[in-house]
Amino acid sequence: MNWGSWLIWGFAATVILTTVMSGSQGLGLTRMNLPYMLGTIFTPNRDRAKVYGVALHLLNGWIFSLVYVAALHASGLFTWWFGATVGLVHGAFVITVAMPILPGMHPRMASEIQGPTVVRQLEPPGFLGRNYGIRTPISALAAHVIFGAILGAFYSPW
Amino acid sequence: MEPSRIQDYAIIGDCRSAALVSRGGSMDWLCWPRYESPSLFAAILDPAIGGHWKISPTVPARTTRRYVDASNVLVTEFETPAGLLRLTDLMPVFSEEEKKHVLVPEHEVLRVVECVRGEAEFEVRFEPRPNYGRREPRLRSARGLGIRVEDGSHLYTLRSDGPLEIQGHAMVVGRARLGAGERRHFSLTYDAHGPAVLPPLGTHSEEAIRRTTAWWRQWASRCTYDGPYREQVIRSLLILKLLAYAPSGAIVAAPTTSLPERIGGDLNWDYRFCWIRDASLTVHELLNLGYPDEAAAFVGWLLHGTRLTRPRIQVLYDVYGELPQREELLGHLKGHRGSRPVRIRNAAAGQLQLDTYGEVIDAVAQMCRRGATLDLETKSMLRQFGQYACENWQRPDEGIWEPRTAPQHHTHSRVLCWTALDRLLELHQMGVLSRLPTAKFEENRRLIRRDVEDRSWNSSLQTYTQVQGGSTVDASLFLLGWYGFANPSDARMRATFQRIRERLEVAPGLLYRHEESRAAGEGAFGICSFWAAEHLARGGGSLDEAEEWFERLLSYGNDLGIFAEEIDPSTGEPLGNVPQAFTHVGLISAALAIEERRRATTKMGSVDQRRPPIERRDSEVHL
Repeated sequence: MNWGSWLIWGFAATVILTTVMSGSQGLGLTRMNLPYMLGTIFTPNRDRAKVYGVALHLLNGWIFSLVYVAALHASGLFTWWFGATVGLVHGAFVITVAMPILPGMHPRMASEIQGPTVVRQLEPPGFLGRNYGIRTPISALAAHVIFGAILGAFYSPW
Repeated sequence: MEPSRIQDYAIIGDCRSAALVSRGGSMDWLCWPRYESPSLFAAILDPAIGGHWKISPTVPARTTRRYVDASNVLVTEFETPAGLLRLTDLMPVFSEEEKKHVLVPEHEVLRVVECVRGEAEFEVRFEPRPNYGRREPRLRSARGLGIRVEDGSHLYTLRSDGPLEIQGHAMVVGRARLGAGERRHFSLTYDAHGPAVLPPLGTHSEEAIRRTTAWWRQWASRCTYDGPYREQVIRSLLILKLLAYAPSGAIVAAPTTSLPERIGGDLNWDYRFCWIRDASLTVHELLNLGYPDEAAAFVGWLLHGTRLTRPRIQVLYDVYGELPQREELLGHLKGHRGSRPVRIRNAAAGQLQLDTYGEVIDAVAQMCRRGATLDLETKSMLRQFGQYACENWQRPDEGIWEPRTAPQHHTHSRVLCWTALDRLLELHQMGVLSRLPTAKFEENRRLIRRDVEDRSWNSSLQTYTQVQGGSTVDASLFLLGWYGFANPSDARMRATFQRIRERLEVAPGLLYRHEESRAAGEGAFGICSFWAAEHLARGGGSLDEAEEWFERLLSYGNDLGIFAEEIDPSTGEPLGNVPQAFTHVGLISAALAIEERRRATTKMGSVDQRRPPIERRDSEVHL
């Protein structure tokens, strides 16, 4: 395990993942905003939530990149395509498993069975995150594949 | 089977979906899991193949119905020669707190039949036809676990403590005789995301009725309107609430598609979407009746649900802010009383309607006057909207009535662009919105006003006109007063009102929306008629005139106080999709205006103008 390489490339991959997701938003592909969703766990103030969320998201990405690095070591395949494959699996897990259960964990997110009580809450992502735009699964998968590819290509085990 | 008429329908719902039940006890329209989902029952559009669920006495009966107090729990009573049979229909609701303690199905319709007096025999006929009757489902008896209707990943489960049996491939029937005090319970549940949740029947069903009635009653009790039309205002509020999709805050225009604006005609549209146009009027009524959470949820949806198309605002979206897919004709359905075609989804989504900017920004301004705050992204978006209005107000557009013809220079759209800039400048003055190009916005606001006063005023006819340089009028001109562009008591507005009456009033109190309506065979437009009453109350006439106009209109609601989009001027029957949120918004708005006028008259003061005084208070609302 090369801690220095992990610190650098784990951070770089997270920054690029966040940039890809934000770019998707800016281009009107999706309304999904992971930092904002994370930040609203702690505050309903939109501006503050984004600040908290970005910090938390960077930290999360760093931690998650450890799992990728572990997978690279376990397989012995330090290649971009293997990293991308891990990213694909991770991305698929996020949109098929993590997203739908988010309303059960997030204190400010409505669920699909919310109602009739209305609360000022985040809309639920739904299966594949499609409630945030039908292209959401594509941008989420692409971001995770790029995240994994960067780690696979640039992480050096020695 | 003889189709029921539009006025025969009542609505029940759970704020995520809705069903229509006829006077005869037949559930003829139900779409799960959302308003715009394909139907399970669509007999309202084709009794033969649409599917329905009927519970009714076996002999002819005299029918009366009502909602239980201020709730959306429907009671239909059938008076037969031998006894009185009562049918209670509802979609059970739970508070979010209650949902933490009980397992609930994704959706449920509960129907309870009870013999109140004497004895009575009833029958049940359940014919589910998923996907607008395009599929005949597979029915399977699971004994004590009910009858299962599987349609792909969707599972509908029908359960009862009365006799039910599968007949043929896709029909369930049952028949029972009840003595006084006896009841039978029927529950239809929907699940798609896991194993079915099957609520117990019997006392559990009775508890569900009690709890649901209490929830609605409590919700309605928050209404702050205490004028003489409270009952009608509360019914309208309850309908609006049923059309509000709780998970996102969006409000659909109506829960139905293709109920005709002309019986036998082709003016049939899908209204199960959210029209941006309805925004500011709806928010105004919710705020003024004491429902800030619902107003904030709706404005939140307006701002964040629609961001994928920004800075262009589309005409309509689905409940999660997606644009509807391509409009489709359902050729296999005969249509309501032969009115073809049946359409699903709505092609108006792609039109340019410049009024939407004014409506969204006015809704935001109303929230901010009550202390809501804006985040940086929303502020940036509002600035973009303002820039868009400055750069595009001179363009022709399709306008508020969405004709599928060439774009024109609509007066209403111009005035709403003026409204957009006016409200943005107001937000700037309030200190809510900084870094605004005020000089540019003020100049454009001034130019729009001059443009409207010069080119939308026809001096020979003495009226504002529907389109610039035109000679026809349009009921949307009433909104010049509503948005504060003109005062209803101004000479020009009074003259315009007279011209609108001359050309659009088809029966006392009933107005067409524009002059083409007569030739098209449309009905009188519900909200336009209410706008006229409001115009009178806001200074365009006397209080007595406003009340007389308003009360005449109230008589056109059905026996439950439900309004559709239009009213047939020759028969007084409702036309178009039902219930129509916009018409009920108009009813509430007119009732509030009349009440304001009454209070002002009592105090011998002047009539309040449309825009309420800026009222700042601490608030936790972040838009």
